[in-house]
Amino acid sequence: MRINPYKVADFTKSTFIHIFLMSVTLTCLFPLFWMVRSAFMSQETIFTDKALIPAHLYFNNFAIAWTKGNFGVYFFNSVFYTFCVVAGIVLVASLAAYAFSRLDFPGKNVIFYFFVAAMMIPLPGSFVPLFVLMNKLGLINTRFGYILCMINVGLSMSILLLKTFFDKMPHDLEDAARIDGCSKLGIWWYVALPLARPAIAVIVIFNSLNVWNEYILATLLLGDTRLMPLQRGLMVFQGANSVDYPVLMAGLTMAAVPIIMVYLAMQKHIVKGLSSGAVVG
Amino acid sequence: MFNLSLHEWKGIGPKHFVGLANFQELMHDNVWWDSMGHAGYITLIALTLQNALAFALALACDREIRMKRFYRVIFFIPPVLSEVVVGILWNWILDAGMQNGVHIGLLNHLLYTSGLPQLVHNWLGDPKTALTCIAIVHSWKGFGWGFIMLLAGLQTIDRQLYEAAKVDGAGTWKTFTNVTIPMMLPVILVVVILTILGSMQVFVLILSMVSKGLVFHTEVPVTRILSSMSGTNQFGYACAQAVIFGIILVCVSFAVKKLSDKAKQA
Repeated sequence: MRINPYKVADFTKSTFIHIFLMSVTLTCLFPLFWMVRSAFMSQETIFTDKALIPAHLYFNNFAIAWTKGNFGVYFFNSVFYTFCVVAGIVLVASLAAYAFSRLDFPGKNVIFYFFVAAMMIPLPGSFVPLFVLMNKLGLINTRFGYILCMINVGLSMSILLLKTFFDKMPHDLEDAARIDGCSKLGIWWYVALPLARPAIAVIVIFNSLNVWNEYILATLLLGDTRLMPLQRGLMVFQGANSVDYPVLMAGLTMAAVPIIMVYLAMQKHIVKGLSSGAVVG
Repeated sequence: MFNLSLHEWKGIGPKHFVGLANFQELMHDNVWWDSMGHAGYITLIALTLQNALAFALALACDREIRMKRFYRVIFFIPPVLSEVVVGILWNWILDAGMQNGVHIGLLNHLLYTSGLPQLVHNWLGDPKTALTCIAIVHSWKGFGWGFIMLLAGLQTIDRQLYEAAKVDGAGTWKTFTNVTIPMMLPVILVVVILTILGSMQVFVLILSMVSKGLVFHTEVPVTRILSSMSGTNQFGYACAQAVIFGIILVCVSFAVKKLSDKAKQA
């Protein structure tokens, strides 16, 4: 058999590429594996046993984290905040975007550009005014205040996305609904929202990731451990004097696993949303 | 906010109008400018290391290759994690402590057992390495974004352009510099601007990695703003810092945009 030199060159090339990609994959996954592994060790063995799969697996770290570490409370808070904020964003953003796209009212463009401009302001820049405002409204240390702020953070991006979607949507369907006697709100609910499902999916996914991972505003606004979301709770736990590493790792796993699950389930939408953003932008 | 920055204010009680005094103070605040330098250093590493890696990976994936989808899914896992999780996790790996004669941190342990005990190091405690460690972890978390965007950009390039270059006798490198780079310029620009804005504002990562008391050598502007706000209650000064920081960010973005416009014309 003769060896085809082109095939050999091709094969070595793709092998090198695979080695390169695999090594990066390993650096991506190994820290996560190490985190999960450490969550199954006891306080005694974690410092001495460095085997990849520890000799003894301890499963009660998760139970300890859930009750004693307060992570149960944090977890429910995170779920609650994520749900409320995303629901709020979808409601307000779709109404506002629909209005910007279809209705005529004075100052429409000015208000819209205000929203877009708000996107440009980095969050750290608005710490102080936000804190002062929330303080004056008496919303510091309340769930409601935090949810309001988080809705505000996600709003401008979502409005922009939905408005471009509504702008491209044909008017015919809405005209038909109007002839059938649908009110403006009715058209929004029965026609525009169902049609905008793909755009809303992107908004829901990105805002869920964002709220779940949010830390800054939670630090700024929430001082009470009963109100804190997971990310903030992790920092409180880490800040304690003697850190119980296995339990900390169990808490980390609890914060990381749901988001990875959601990502794996939704990754097609996420990649599509990001890619379209990059190519358009 | 700009209005507040002109006042000396403790958060409660009356505000005293002090004009531009807050800004004057800021100009002479070495800690502030050092923190700006730190953020610049992190940004520099993210721009070069992280984006070079992202671009190389995107190029490697932009072809008929097995498990392309798999790689694409994996590379985006670090970016979906929160900064707190990433920070604590890497803090655990880089930890310098010893317990019963064994290194707590995985990295030091590996260095020790693989016969390189001279490299064992207090990675996050040493001012010389702390910032670099943070920048590298930041790049670890961030390269997936660049990768996805650059890959999407690469896939929009018309294959016929590559064919044409091949017919004209251009080698791999020539094709890369004359076809890939010019076609990718808009996407590269977006990635560069996002990297700059993202890296200048890292601080949750820093808080969670260097948890035991913030030290001056890992301070960045955002942590300065926070500490002058909640630490010493100088709300007016914090506002002045935020104003300057915001202006610098906007200027940098515009400068990058201008540069790329020039590159496009050339």
